[in-house]
Amino acid sequence: MILKGENIIKQYHHDGGLISALDHVSFTVGKGDFVTVTGPSGSGKSTLLLSLFGLIRLTSGTVIFDGKRIDDISDRHLADIRKNSVGYILQSFALIPYLTTIQNVMIPLALRKIPAKEQSKRASEILDYVGLTDRMHHLPRELSAGQQQRVAIARSIVHRPQIIMADEPTGNLDPTLSLEILDFLQKINRENKITIMMVTHSPVAAEYGTMKLHLKEGKIIKT
Amino acid sequence: MTISKLVLIELWKRKSQLITGLLAITLGIAVIVAIQSVAIVSEQNVARNLDNLGANILVLPQAASIDDYYTCDIDAPTLPMDYVERILNSTIAGVDNMSPKLTRRVEVDNQSVVLTGILPKSEIASKPLWQSSGLLGAQLTTACTPGKSAIKSHGLEDEKLKRKAIDTLYIDDCLAGSQVAKKLKLSASGRIKIMGKEFKVVKILPETGTVDDDRIFANLKDVQALLKLENQVSAIEIMGCCNAISEGLLGQLRNILPDTRITTIGQIVSTQIETNQLMKKISLVMLIIIFFVGGISIGNYIWANVNERKREIGVLRMMGAGRSTIYKMFLLKALILGIAGGILGFLIGTLAGVVLGPYLAGIIVKPVYLYLLWSVLFSVAISLTGSLIPASLAANFDPYSNLQED
Repeated sequence: MILKGENIIKQYHHDGGLISALDHVSFTVGKGDFVTVTGPSGSGKSTLLLSLFGLIRLTSGTVIFDGKRIDDISDRHLADIRKNSVGYILQSFALIPYLTTIQNVMIPLALRKIPAKEQSKRASEILDYVGLTDRMHHLPRELSAGQQQRVAIARSIVHRPQIIMADEPTGNLDPTLSLEILDFLQKINRENKITIMMVTHSPVAAEYGTMKLHLKEGKIIKT
Repeated sequence: MTISKLVLIELWKRKSQLITGLLAITLGIAVIVAIQSVAIVSEQNVARNLDNLGANILVLPQAASIDDYYTCDIDAPTLPMDYVERILNSTIAGVDNMSPKLTRRVEVDNQSVVLTGILPKSEIASKPLWQSSGLLGAQLTTACTPGKSAIKSHGLEDEKLKRKAIDTLYIDDCLAGSQVAKKLKLSASGRIKIMGKEFKVVKILPETGTVDDDRIFANLKDVQALLKLENQVSAIEIMGCCNAISEGLLGQLRNILPDTRITTIGQIVSTQIETNQLMKKISLVMLIIIFFVGGISIGNYIWANVNERKREIGVLRMMGAGRSTIYKMFLLKALILGIAGGILGFLIGTLAGVVLGPYLAGIIVKPVYLYLLWSVLFSVAISLTGSLIPASLAANFDPYSNLQED
């Protein structure tokens, strides 16, 4: 087991009332699993993904990561966990527009204060791995959508995380590119034994999961 | 890649915003540097003018008339010579030199001449034309002459700045002004009889165009004995530090010599020092305005930058950047802006002073490199102060909501 959620509740105040985005969600993810989280819009998929490592604070519930409880630790410690053990991939790629491909990939290493030479070496290797060696010094706007998402993937794995949290990584891509990215994520999962938790709308993408969670109105209705 | 490099790349990629952000602070610093560069040269000019004039403060008995600064010691009532000691023993700063003198009109060969008793070693021979008289001794210590570096940097290496005292004037010796020498047909090494006592004329002074041309100078002891006014003087000339005069030296002297009249060369001291003080006041007002305007301007620029980069902040937080990293990132940017603003402001202000100084103030302005340090320090202080709040708000943004911004 690498990640476990127990009775996770996330409630928002809205128009004087309480809305439950996550309602007593419990699950267990094993090391090396490829978890897909599906469900209709507003079912709480992204909220679940972003709340597990503190990007959204939970109302209640327990989160255990790598054997340690992390739902009650400080922002600083959660940031340290994200920095060292988690990689994120978002639908909108979330690249920094004024940095080149290789500079974007080096950011997680810079945050860990890895020496510049080592950063450059590791970023180059990862960009070679995702097939972007010839685009290392391009700005994001000079890349296609598929290439930008591959940069985001490279950035999410460059610091060798234990788990990748992907929020609709193919949402902005056409079907062909989507399959390319999904195949790539599967390759990372299989070759590097990195656990992946991926939120998706797509039934095709959901089929890549070795474990499937389906959410509806904040509750897991199928695993 | 480091966070510092990230900040530098961001600054470089958004140059036009950088220029806008820097504008207010740079121009503000430039104005202060320009005013201060002109003011410092102006102050030194005042000091030089006062040096050239020699004594600039006159202590007279209460009953003396001061209609004319240069002749008011003639036939004036007297005051005790102990007053010199009283000033010397006080803690008043800014008194560079004192020369007590006793002056009376006397008849010589049926002609009226002015006899002035002076003390060698203390009598200031600073009038430019006296410099060539061969009477000069050691240089007097001055309290407010600009430092060597300042003099050099402003081209004030003027011999007239070196105030010297008349070295020797023995008993029975005298010096004659050019006009009185002509009138009495005196020559150097000649003799003159004053009130029955014979003096040797050791020097005919060069023409100065002042009342000194009509004077005969003898040793103060001789003149006091001759006039039967032992330990009495008619005036004490003081060479006062220019800045000390503007800061209240006259008032301090009046406090310790309450029964005297103390006057100064009003025109120069009042107008030039007032001008300098006005410039200082303008600088201070500018400093306060720039602190607020510059601080608000930089703060506004950083806040706009924070808003523009909300998503980027969210991404960095998502990747594990702590609040302190985000905070430091924006303060580092403010620091760089402050340093750049200070350097640019110094360069523009100095250039403005050098170019406009001769046209506007009739003075030659040279760069004061110490202002570079002050410009940078002040600019950094403004920039950091203005950026504290926006940087803090950026650090406390909710990463999730910023990740949603597109």
